[in-house]
Amino acid sequence: MPGGVAFYAIGAYGTAILMGPARPELIGGFGLPFPVALIGGMAAAAFGALIVGLAALRLRDDYLAIATFGIAISVQLVALNFDRLTGGAQGLIGLPRPLFRLFDGPNGFNLFYLGVVACMAALVYVALQVALASPWGRLLKAVRKDETAAASLGKNPTMVRLQAFVLGCTLMGLAGGLYVGFIGFVSPLDFLPILTFQIWAMLIVGGSGTTRGAFIGAFAVWGLWSASGLAVSRLVPAELQSQGGAIQVMLIGLLIVLTLLFRPRGLIGESETVSRHVD
Amino acid sequence: MMLFQVLADGILTGSIIALGAIGLTLTMSVLHFPNFAHAELITFGADIALAALGLTGAFTGPLAPLSFGLPLVLAGLVAMAAAVVLALLVDRLVYRKLRARAKKMSVVFGSFGVSLLVRMSILMIFGGAATYYSTALQRAVSVGGLFRVMPDQVFTLGVTVIIVIGLHLFLKHARLGLAMRAYAENPQLAGVYGCDSERVLRWTWIIGAALAALAGVLYGLTVQIRPEIGFQLLLPLFAAAIMGGVGNVYGAVLGGLIVGLAESLSIYVIPPGYKMAVPFLLLLLILYLRPTGLFGAAKGAVK
Repeated sequence: MPGGVAFYAIGAYGTAILMGPARPELIGGFGLPFPVALIGGMAAAAFGALIVGLAALRLRDDYLAIATFGIAISVQLVALNFDRLTGGAQGLIGLPRPLFRLFDGPNGFNLFYLGVVACMAALVYVALQVALASPWGRLLKAVRKDETAAASLGKNPTMVRLQAFVLGCTLMGLAGGLYVGFIGFVSPLDFLPILTFQIWAMLIVGGSGTTRGAFIGAFAVWGLWSASGLAVSRLVPAELQSQGGAIQVMLIGLLIVLTLLFRPRGLIGESETVSRHVD
Repeated sequence: MMLFQVLADGILTGSIIALGAIGLTLTMSVLHFPNFAHAELITFGADIALAALGLTGAFTGPLAPLSFGLPLVLAGLVAMAAAVVLALLVDRLVYRKLRARAKKMSVVFGSFGVSLLVRMSILMIFGGAATYYSTALQRAVSVGGLFRVMPDQVFTLGVTVIIVIGLHLFLKHARLGLAMRAYAENPQLAGVYGCDSERVLRWTWIIGAALAALAGVLYGLTVQIRPEIGFQLLLPLFAAAIMGGVGNVYGAVLGGLIVGLAESLSIYVIPPGYKMAVPFLLLLLILYLRPTGLFGAAKGAVK
């Protein structure tokens, strides 16, 4: 889904608008506590996903890819141009970071926040494992593997796809909201299309269809991205830094293509499930 | 006066979109996947022509009233050839293997990977700065006192018309054109009837890539050449191709004109900052109302 970044952005902006301090020139600024704002951001992402999903999920996969790509562009345009809500190109700055004052310096806060995010990630991971092991999870897998077969058993593939889509987008909204809580501001530059490609690379490298694969892919790709960024800033002369950035993005593209070609199931392929009634 | 100018600009932008969309609609229907890297061939074409221009001797003697002369025409041919080579190479190295996979999305993801690689290579080689083919000022010509156009823009429109007619005749009468239509409709059946699928796929890439490069060169005549021009044309191209019905050459042209006109007319309705969202809104509208395109073509048929 090429538009993932859109829901990440909606979650981030939603959270920022709800928790930001009131300012006369802005519509938002409700000054809500961070957890409430975070839930609001997730709700905004879920609502956006519902509207988009209702429109797009009737489509064939390839049209869906085009449509979500368009959504990513549109959300970015709104972020850039709807100054009264999003602060325009400058973004929303000076957002209160949760419990920041309790810590002496940024290091303590960073460590605390790492803990918070790790807990959230663990929580999401466990919740997803439980959900995927449930009858609903089997339904999800059935639709992914063979939509026609699932439909012939009286399931509604469109409904299942919509649920999965909204759930996935809500989680991306959560990620966006958590990001805002960490850095304390939000700007359109945080949601460039490259983020979508990075997320894809994570899923493709990790092996799509499994939560474990997504986690491993995320760490692997982000590790590579950070390492290549470090290498570029150290090794490439200052006047060629923009070209260095291009090398980083090329690595992502190369990673996607090579993984698809030579390891289509990713690092961790989905394990085959065979009915226990088969020998 | 203002309205006529907006309409004229829309039609001229639309003819560029149309050229790119023809190639996209052909590859989409014959190869059966939306190639997200198609728009990068436009940037590639524009930049290769710029580089080739250095060799073919920069603007020695433009053919009045156009801003360019024989050197750019030659450079354009070089760019088209280079784009064809690139497209065939990528098909051989990447798409061929991915197309064979059961998961149809593999090749779509692959095309996104390719588009990143091509765009960033262009950025590395040609740099991020905006450039022009010619810095000479071109006088706009007034048409009946209603609106003003650049001679280059009229040239672009003329080229588009010639290509559409040529392509139509090719698809209707040439054996290869007929084979392409058959293959788009039903690859297995076309194979049974002895149509050489390798040849069909090869020529689909050749035509699509050459037209994309041509669109890039013509686009470069009227706007600045930047590494992201193709990427920004991606949504307009898809909107045009889907609106016209995938595989429908005339449809792609009409779709391109509609997208171009809608973009330029949108200034009356929404703030200019949102202009880039217009093709997307059109796309949503068409997918809702007529997912098979304005002419309701059967899926995958080349018309």
